[in-house]
Amino acid sequence: MGGEATELTRLTAAEIGAAVAAGEVSAVEVTRAHLDRIVAVEPELHAFLHVAGIGALAAAEEVDRRRVAGERLGPLAGVPLALKDVLTTADMPTTCGSKILAGWQPPYDATVTRRLRDAGVIILGKTNMDEFAMGSSTENSAFGPSRNPWDRSRVPGGSSGGSSAAVAGYEAPLGIGTDTGGSIRQPAAVCGIVGMKPTYGGSSRYGLVAFASSLDTPGPLARTVLDAALLHEAISGHDPRDATSVDAPVPPVVAAARQADVAGLRVGVVSELSGDGYQAGVQSRFAEAVELLESLGAKVTEVSCPHFGYALPVYYLIAPSEASSNLARFDAMRYGLRVGDDGSRSADEVMSLTRAAGFGPEVKRRIMLGTYALSSGYYDAYYGKAQQVRTLIGRDFDAAFDQVDVLVSPTTPTTAFLIGERVDDPIAMYLADLCTIPSDLAGNAAISVPCGLAPEDGLPVGLQVMAPALADDRTYRVAAAVEAALQQRWGGPLLAQSPPLDDAPPKGPAR
Amino acid sequence: MTTELAHLVPYDEAVSRYEPVIGLETHVELGTVTKMFCGCPTTFGLPPNSAVCPVCLGLPGSLPVANRAAIEYTIRIGLALHCTIATWCRFARKNYFYPDMPKNFQISQYDEPLCTNGWLDVTVGGQTFRVGIERVHLEEDTGKSLHIGGATGRIHGADYSLVDYNRAGIPLVEVVTKPITGTGELAAEAARAYVTELRDLLRALDVSDVRMEEGSLRCDVNTSLAPRGAAEWGTRTETKNVNSLRSVERAVRFEIERQAGLLDAGIRVVQETRHFHEDSGTTTAGRSKEEAQDYRYFPEPDLVPVAPPATWVEQIRASLPELPAARRARLQADWGLSDANMTWLRNAGALDLVEQTVAAGAAPAEASKWWLGELATEANKRGIELAELPITPEQVASVTALIGRGTLNDKLARQVLEGVLTGEGDPDAVVAARGLAVVSDEDALAAAVDAAIEARPDVAAKIRDGKTNAVGALIGDVMAATRNRADARRVRELILQRLS
Amino acid sequence: MAITRDEVAHLARLSRLALTDAELDHFAGQLDQILAAVARVQEVVADQIPPTTHAAGIVNVYRDDVAAPQLTPEQALACAPAAEQARFRVPRILAED
Repeated sequence: MGGEATELTRLTAAEIGAAVAAGEVSAVEVTRAHLDRIVAVEPELHAFLHVAGIGALAAAEEVDRRRVAGERLGPLAGVPLALKDVLTTADMPTTCGSKILAGWQPPYDATVTRRLRDAGVIILGKTNMDEFAMGSSTENSAFGPSRNPWDRSRVPGGSSGGSSAAVAGYEAPLGIGTDTGGSIRQPAAVCGIVGMKPTYGGSSRYGLVAFASSLDTPGPLARTVLDAALLHEAISGHDPRDATSVDAPVPPVVAAARQADVAGLRVGVVSELSGDGYQAGVQSRFAEAVELLESLGAKVTEVSCPHFGYALPVYYLIAPSEASSNLARFDAMRYGLRVGDDGSRSADEVMSLTRAAGFGPEVKRRIMLGTYALSSGYYDAYYGKAQQVRTLIGRDFDAAFDQVDVLVSPTTPTTAFLIGERVDDPIAMYLADLCTIPSDLAGNAAISVPCGLAPEDGLPVGLQVMAPALADDRTYRVAAAVEAALQQRWGGPLLAQSPPLDDAPPKGPAR
Repeated sequence: MTTELAHLVPYDEAVSRYEPVIGLETHVELGTVTKMFCGCPTTFGLPPNSAVCPVCLGLPGSLPVANRAAIEYTIRIGLALHCTIATWCRFARKNYFYPDMPKNFQISQYDEPLCTNGWLDVTVGGQTFRVGIERVHLEEDTGKSLHIGGATGRIHGADYSLVDYNRAGIPLVEVVTKPITGTGELAAEAARAYVTELRDLLRALDVSDVRMEEGSLRCDVNTSLAPRGAAEWGTRTETKNVNSLRSVERAVRFEIERQAGLLDAGIRVVQETRHFHEDSGTTTAGRSKEEAQDYRYFPEPDLVPVAPPATWVEQIRASLPELPAARRARLQADWGLSDANMTWLRNAGALDLVEQTVAAGAAPAEASKWWLGELATEANKRGIELAELPITPEQVASVTALIGRGTLNDKLARQVLEGVLTGEGDPDAVVAARGLAVVSDEDALAAAVDAAIEARPDVAAKIRDGKTNAVGALIGDVMAATRNRADARRVRELILQRLS
Repeated sequence: MAITRDEVAHLARLSRLALTDAELDHFAGQLDQILAAVARVQEVVADQIPPTTHAAGIVNVYRDDVAAPQLTPEQALACAPAAEQARFRVPRILAED
């Protein structure tokens, strides 16, 4: 019984969904197994800010009831999921990793949340994140960092570090993150799992607490490419509540994940995304992945995207600018933290004291930076200029995609760094986003898929595959091909090589 | 804050030595069913915080989606004001912190307004001014605060405030004039006339109920003075809390008097926002505008650009109703009225009433005469608007018909109107009940004429001599004798017949 | 210097952040570095280049003027730090801002 319980947490989402639909296992059993796993490993991972055990079991019971009633269940019905705490849930708190929203319970579900529930997905709880999605390590969370299942002294990446750690730590087969500068892909890479940033607007931002409105994109985290594709499909599609959402059919990502074939595909290696600052093991694993693609029949060339070198400064002007405006609503007047209201202070004073107490240092830095970049007199040189250079970066992509079908690069320059290593050096922290930022700026589709362990530290490395906007399926196709080939070489998924979190044998019947 | 100077230069003197330049920024709440960016109702007077949702409350994660009807109404307004409609424009965020703004930014339009460069003709004091319209743009309204603890319910001295967000997110159109110059002593009236004309236009377009008392039409007035003949304009002040047409005029008047007083004393006018006080007709200094607020405008990333297709704009243009200026021109031509009479009608608020009276069969001249004369006097006496008198255009038309048939003369007609106004019923009923019909019995009339002639032999003699003007006294006698129930024309005829 | 401590203090006031002197010192140093790094965008010549407005050039997305479900006042006020008479109670608002 205990063995089964452990096994359930090792299954993929696709496998769980099929088993539940076939009646081989109940959704309740699956949920219980994962809740048990959470209890066992959370003290080590701290992936979750809120675990909704009762709600999850109730949702699982509902799935079981529907199956028994003969209803046709979708492919993800009964599959547990870890939801980044930046998406609103009407029955769970939504803190965005911040003290300013500690305990806030929204009165509405995000569209992504709603679609997950409609698909029968079991939301186990809300995961830890860098405060308001600002960061690359979860160290900016007001509630303490999450830890990388591969090495608990290291970061799981960020800002979707909690979801990534949960999936890599087998607390859930699926996770939802959000990607603004790389916050899905980079955690996936350093945790050895799959993370995908859909085309901007491919999935709704309604209910996604905004960091940078023109960049934020919800997306899937999973242990396999197919699982990610199934989740991608479940959450994507036009939403009339989001004026920036794409009004076009969801690209055929599941079919592409199953197709997993790159013969004849033109692959471009971005020359600017390598060199100084890139860890040797990351570069070597990446080079091997490129060779692998060639051996699988892809045509590989080198492509230059000359403005990519400016992507980081462009991002660190646009994102904080939009954030400074998006976060202005946190002012102690309508919800959230209120500090210093002793009857003598003015509204402005209470706002200022609350925001000082409720926001962490990275958030404060970015708010001030953004305020500066938008100020009259500075706008043209900073925000305005950044938006122009952003256009040039988009044009670099357009030119590149005239020559090739997909672009590849390492997902992030290094493997997981130590907790505390970069937390006092903002610029060093920003460098983690070097490879991921360009696709956010262009609104393209980009995926990270594990491509090996760096020899010097035995930590996961991710391969990033980028495709034009609305060509998300192409990224899945390539990722699936790489995954299949590498898993054959490794004899199983990369994650199987991670040290187990609990060495104790299975404890007996699942509760 | 500067000390308020009490010295005012009387208006007429002020405008004789200084040249006023005025500007008006008018905010109009659109009469759409739902708010600008969400599906909450725009109904006035709902219980507090009952017309709110995540979007208009600005809850984390919420997103705006633009109301198509609001865009259409704005284009309608722009076209009626002869503006150029943008082919591509964007919403922008106007960032500042204030508790009545849920997001601490207002979605508005900054350097890309939907409509630009139009005009509206305003006639006042016999002169027509073409007021330039700088821009017409769309934005969202803010919530409303009650200030608790202060003496007057105003913000100063309050202990705390209570905020209701029902109004937050209601579509607001801002109409901004170009500086209005050359109005001279008519400045205050012109300001009022412009707002009146704009209000009538908006009403005709059916885009807003434009009730200043409910806040669906709000005005900020900009005023500056420069010495006559000066090359540059003076420093302008912005006056807020101008809540009625009368206040517009009074606010301009006061600012001109106040600024003239400062300039006379050699004191610089401070560029600032001032608050108008209804009770005293004065303005006091508010927020200083010396340190202009930096709103850090940038294009709203949650909304996509507005690019109204030319076909849509033309459709809207084709569906515009007859605008007030065109209607007035048409009526004036139809009725053959002079400019002066037309202005008189309009200022008295009698246009609709006269139009309806004419529709009920009266001649325009007759209809105008009675509404502007007898009825206007009565309305003044009662302290109410013409339209509030307890008499309908149909009833007035019926009275003029009775005059036309000879059943009533003017004096009798007045009595009939009085009867209708006191609630005695329709004109026919009043005539019957009071026995007010003109005497048409020739014999009775002849007898009265003879009696009058006999009573004034000296007057009769003059008339026989050819001084027919003198007939007036005899007519008066006959009218008195018949208690005004004679047809004065017939009486005159009879008298002249007798004495020729 | 890309930005002075006084300018940072001004930014803090503008963004309603009541920073301590120690924080101001700390942030001033960091922001100075960051600004110097991001100022690199000014190297790029982009005179005729339009700024990116939206991915995919979408325009004219609207909603119909029809009512949609609202929150009840209880829901709206549920997380209010203070409420009175079905309204959000906020500390005294200064007329100047």
